[in-house]
Amino acid sequence: MSRWVLKGLQTGVVTTRYPAGEELSPGTTPGLPQALPCGEAESEALISRCPTGALRRAVGQVAVDHARCVHCYRCARGIAEPLPWEKGFEWAIFRGESEVPKTFERSLHIRVVDAGDCGACLNEVKLLNNPFYNMHRLGFFITPTPRKADVLLVVGPVTYHMETALLKAYEAMPMPKLVMAVGTCALSGGIFGPGFATGRGVADLLPVDVEIPGCPPPPLAILHGLLVLAGRKPAAQSKEPTVAG
Amino acid sequence: MKLQETLRQVQALWPEVEINMDAPSMTAEIRCKPKEVAPLCDWLFHQQNYHFGGLVVEENGRWELYYLFVGEGERGRIQVRTSAPLEERRFESVSVRIHAADWHEREAEDLFGLIFEGHPRLGDFILHDDVWGEGVEPMRKGSDLKKILSKRRPREEWRPIRIVDVPGAFVMPIGPVFSGVAESVHFQLETIGEEVLRAFPRLFFKYRGVEKMAEGRSADDALLLAERFAGATAFSHALAFSMALEQIRKVEVPERALVLRCFFAELERLRSHLGTIEDICNSTGLAVAASQVGILEEEALRLTGSLAGHRYLFGLAIPGGLSRDFDNETLREAVSRAKGIVRHLEEIERLLINTSSFLDRIEEVGIVRKDQAREYGLVGPVARGSGYCNDLRKLQPYAAYRAFEFRTPCEEEGDGYARLRVLFAEVRESLRLMEQALSELPDGPVFVESEPAAGVALAGVETPRGTTWHWVRVDEEGKIQRYRLITPSFINWHGFHLAAENFAFQDFPIILATFGLSVAENDR
Ligand code: SF4
Repeated sequence: MSRWVLKGLQTGVVTTRYPAGEELSPGTTPGLPQALPCGEAESEALISRCPTGALRRAVGQVAVDHARCVHCYRCARGIAEPLPWEKGFEWAIFRGESEVPKTFERSLHIRVVDAGDCGACLNEVKLLNNPFYNMHRLGFFITPTPRKADVLLVVGPVTYHMETALLKAYEAMPMPKLVMAVGTCALSGGIFGPGFATGRGVADLLPVDVEIPGCPPPPLAILHGLLVLAGRKPAAQSKEPTVAG
Repeated sequence: MKLQETLRQVQALWPEVEINMDAPSMTAEIRCKPKEVAPLCDWLFHQQNYHFGGLVVEENGRWELYYLFVGEGERGRIQVRTSAPLEERRFESVSVRIHAADWHEREAEDLFGLIFEGHPRLGDFILHDDVWGEGVEPMRKGSDLKKILSKRRPREEWRPIRIVDVPGAFVMPIGPVFSGVAESVHFQLETIGEEVLRAFPRLFFKYRGVEKMAEGRSADDALLLAERFAGATAFSHALAFSMALEQIRKVEVPERALVLRCFFAELERLRSHLGTIEDICNSTGLAVAASQVGILEEEALRLTGSLAGHRYLFGLAIPGGLSRDFDNETLREAVSRAKGIVRHLEEIERLLINTSSFLDRIEEVGIVRKDQAREYGLVGPVARGSGYCNDLRKLQPYAAYRAFEFRTPCEEEGDGYARLRVLFAEVRESLRLMEQALSELPDGPVFVESEPAAGVALAGVETPRGTTWHWVRVDEEGKIQRYRLITPSFINWHGFHLAAENFAFQDFPIILATFGLSVAENDR
């Protein structure tokens, strides 16, 4: 056993400085495409490349609806004028009706429900307990029982087969409770929904408080979402594109 | 025996079958009457030792069934094909003779409404009985989405059937929502106290109907489904789909892309195995080891992300090659970082195999025998831990694997520890392959344009979890007509109950972790 302790000590601290400081290590986030000011013709060309309808013509630019983006890179590769990519991760958008109650400031207990994800979102959620992210230090804990949970973290487009289990988990949680939809599938159904076996995201079934886009959102983006729920970080501005009249 | 020789014997034994062989690709199709299918498959599997690949059902004005068999090298690949008018829904079950066909036939029964005579049917499978009414056959051509949805019965309760009938026995249900962070799947543990007699998974809570959704889409759109139905092994599946399309379009992928495809497939294997090893450490409660391996997994993800833009390699494999090139210097740096990761992993491995409390938990736990592995057609590290050594990179090399020197690690015991040792050894082989890919990387383009074309093709890839087969049929307009996904998790979940018999309750998470299964990949 002592050898393991030694090994642990040798490794030192790898934990990210976020949220107190910045996290700039390469490979921690895939980033997201950003709006590009351009003319009509170029924007048509870009929009036609996007398979999910995430790109739209807005006044003088191409706007990106991040809730639909699946990181296919077709607006970034193989074309002369690619969309710029921003490497940040503070993407969480607040959708709640009112302020989050102060009781959640110090700690959050999270029940994770996989409502049909592909495995990537769930892996990024799993990594929140990885020494690199170590969310315990921030007072965030994953709990196996909904009865002790403050937050329901949902990944996946919500398959019909998972509807009952998802609703039951929500009902079993004590009040007040929060819902966090993680990943493009959970936000809009992604490329799977609505389909004959899948809905189009969590919001059709439950009141969503925080949405995190990304396919998948990296651990830091999910961490940001939790910090928003705890009232310790501001949410990203919702980037609803203004559609050109 | 070579493929030609096998086919000659087939012709002698079944004079009425029609045989077509394509010599360059070493593939053959045997067209036969429905009643000849089962004995012919039986002969190929039991007398000729072909591996069972899977079943593809198509509805093209008639029923078309293809049973797939894979041999090594010059023994090639064989598909046994039969056809029947649509009114005819009854076929003789192959799974009575080859158990590996069991779930394939159940799936075809559930989604197409076919009846396999002699198959011990168990009802409730892909479409859950508590969610859907009778007569829903979503995979039928022209099945109406609205009609299907009208047969939906949301919010009904499902009651498990009790199977054990011993005094004091009971069934313990687990899931679909269970544990901390786990994919949704339900288990029924039949138990008498501490001892669990059997554990049966109930899957398909994550069924998204990917095969159906692909129909009528363009190849570009279907590629998104191929890449994202099992995102943790996205590159391997996007590669298989791309290879199928390249066969249909008859395009030659540039050399550099072929070598780079191996490079990234091995990087994905390395990263995926780290995740599985971490899960195994976690399941035994060895927290320090789990977090040590976890560090390496995140390092591998960061390496992947900084190299390719995306931590799970989304958007990289496309029909015709890769979506972008990499400069050799960057790749060299990536290999040296990967080397560092593997060196650390080896340190952890040395510590693990000297930690007796850890070994006690995984040795002689969850045993699958070699004959069982073959009968169930198991694949990947699970099969190879049981001495059933199949690896598509060796059997039928694709991309640039023929040019590389590597080993397929195999162990004999078939227990959790054997599977873990296979994983460790495969990580080392993956690194070796990445190094070779780098040293033999030719210059030139990584992508070639191709025109949409009609046709059908089957492409296989050795994913981190084992062999996958993607069957793609494209129509004249370039739209997908049929997309069949045979995945390693589907195959290995079928065999999971073999490892989960007569065990102590607290070993359940360990057995599960050493199987390294993906639910998303199974459910599709
Ligand atoms: S990366 Fe996102 S925005 Fe760009 S084309 Fe793909 S889905 Fe559309």
